[in-house]
Amino acid sequence: MNTRIDRRFAELKAQNRPALAAYVMGGDPDLATSQAILNALPQAGADIIELGLPFSDPMADGVAIQMGAQRALKAGQTLLGVLGMVEEFRRKDDTTPIVLMGYYNPIYIFGVERFIAAAKQAGIDGLIIVDLPAEEDDELCIPALEAGLNFIRLTTPTTDDKRLPTVLANTSGFVYYVSMTGITGGAIKSRGAVGEAVQRIKAHTELPVIVGFGIKTADDAAEIGRHADGIAVGTVLVNAVATSLEDGKATDKTVGAVRDLVAELAGGLQRARS
Amino acid sequence: MDRINSLRNGPDEHGRFGIYGGRFVAETLMPLILDLEREYRAAKQDPAYAAELKHLATHYTGRPSPLYFAERLTAHLGGAKVWFKREELNHTGSHKINNCLGQILLAKRMGKTRVIAETGAGQHGVATATVCAKFDLPCTIFMGATDVERQMPNVLRMKMLGAEVRPVTAGAGTLKDAMNEALRDWVTNVDSTYYLIGTAAGPHPYPEMVRDFQSVIGTELKEQFREAEGKLPDAVVACVGGGSNAIGTFHAFLDEPDVAIYGAEAGGHGIETENGHAASMTGGRPGVLHGNRTYLLQDGDGQILEGHSISAGLDYPGVGPEHSYLHDTKRVTYAPITDNEALDAFQLCTKMEGIIPALESAHGLAQVIKLAPTMRKDQSVVLCLSGRGDKDVESVGKYLGLLK
Ligand SMILES: Cc1ncc(COP(=O)(O)O)c(C=O)c1O
Repeated sequence: MNTRIDRRFAELKAQNRPALAAYVMGGDPDLATSQAILNALPQAGADIIELGLPFSDPMADGVAIQMGAQRALKAGQTLLGVLGMVEEFRRKDDTTPIVLMGYYNPIYIFGVERFIAAAKQAGIDGLIIVDLPAEEDDELCIPALEAGLNFIRLTTPTTDDKRLPTVLANTSGFVYYVSMTGITGGAIKSRGAVGEAVQRIKAHTELPVIVGFGIKTADDAAEIGRHADGIAVGTVLVNAVATSLEDGKATDKTVGAVRDLVAELAGGLQRARS
Repeated sequence: MDRINSLRNGPDEHGRFGIYGGRFVAETLMPLILDLEREYRAAKQDPAYAAELKHLATHYTGRPSPLYFAERLTAHLGGAKVWFKREELNHTGSHKINNCLGQILLAKRMGKTRVIAETGAGQHGVATATVCAKFDLPCTIFMGATDVERQMPNVLRMKMLGAEVRPVTAGAGTLKDAMNEALRDWVTNVDSTYYLIGTAAGPHPYPEMVRDFQSVIGTELKEQFREAEGKLPDAVVACVGGGSNAIGTFHAFLDEPDVAIYGAEAGGHGIETENGHAASMTGGRPGVLHGNRTYLLQDGDGQILEGHSISAGLDYPGVGPEHSYLHDTKRVTYAPITDNEALDAFQLCTKMEGIIPALESAHGLAQVIKLAPTMRKDQSVVLCLSGRGDKDVESVGKYLGLLK
């Protein structure tokens, strides 16, 4: 398989640069503003985009992303709407990888086969589905891989060496290491432990390892970026949207708030290899 | 009935009952639920575990719970004999304690130092707080803010038992939201914490485990009824929230084709009212939430609806996966009961039998009230009276205008 994700990591490797994966919620705070945010991410410094598929009951997410999902759903976002955002994005950008991140039920209800075809068509490169562990690979992972979509798995501090091979077996694109046991928005307890964990995963796979959960500042980015092939940020970006709103509505600051923060984090990440 | 065609074989090794069930959880929790499954299998093989549970059931819970012939109600309904399996007489006032004792012993075996649980009506929260007091483990109970309001007596009981009660304001502030929050806590505190799920739902092995702990209801009932009447009952009935008292009642009868089985779902304002009921099988369709595939109330885009029921314990948009399977195979008939039907049944039972039922159980009774008159007088229907209604007297008093 050679996907936009594979190509992007090859480029980054050549440049000796860790990846910045930026998560935004598809449809937050409204459909048009969310599209503008998405379109602005590559320029601001995002190497990979994680696009959140809103779900009513995001069990692994903290308050910030829960609220982002609620805003998106209230704005009328749907699965088709999120795919439409990607299609629109692809008119101008055919290289930045987009990973759809969310929960299984909306996809299950849409229909797995129909979803895979539509996701490919729209220009999605990979999937992170939080509530589909390796034990449920037949549901979506295997059909997605067969169709040429990357299926990116979360590994966590509880995924020990014995379990890692099971988790990594059908993982492709990259491995997403969740820096802590917890929900999005929490704080990393020990940066040192993160580095060790990445090394542990790398002993089992050739795939790039990206670290996410709990990365909030440019300094975090610089520090964690030293130990990994990339970092993922989400909660702070969704919070940037939230704080830019007035009466729950987007303002002329909203897109800029996200763009500036991504640029700042990208700047921090540049220091990781220096 | 041979084992191959038995309806009692589930789940399979993937935790599936047909297409339902499974392990749809975040990776962080996966090693833990595999651990739990191993520990549960080991405990099942351990005679000491069974003996301890039996001892607690007898001396702490007060089992066996009586099988009671509801004479006045029978005469009033003018059809089949009506019986109650009196789970409301258990210590803590409902069937929930059966499951809590089984699981707390597991938590102890696993060396866990903290317990969390979700609760709707507060009965499971009370039962959890109770066993945590007895076994000296700190516990945190997640309860929707709406439910905290409508089940205040149980909130006070939990607090007095030493539990921390965390009101959950997300969504409609009911059982679904409490379960989300409990799962978030669990993911955060995996190492120390045991999640004591209160119904026969969630990721494998919970549906199987909770069913096994509750199956004592049907097993006792079968024997008690045989002693009383020398045969099997013609029908058994239970209310269905997540479905633990129901599966516990039904399981012993699944392979008895002559026993009709009915589950009463929460029909709320009526099944035709959009988002106005919590009848997931009558009014929902299969989806994935809280670790399992099962019937769910949801919109066309797979977003979960809040649902509604007068009864906090039934106000949940899903149902345990084994019920979904029994619904598809048509072995069990699931029927919606409205808020008003449940309120009527609540009053009838109170006035005619001197038993104040939980609003949840009143849904089951409303189904019996519909069913008994259609049956012959030499037939019998047994209701699982899952809980007592002390917790509901204030809410019902308000509905009936007895309180300002
Ligand atoms: C008395 C009683 N019956 C029934 C229920 C519903 O739960 P389940 O369907 O798991 O038995 C509850 C839940 O709180 C309850 O308190």
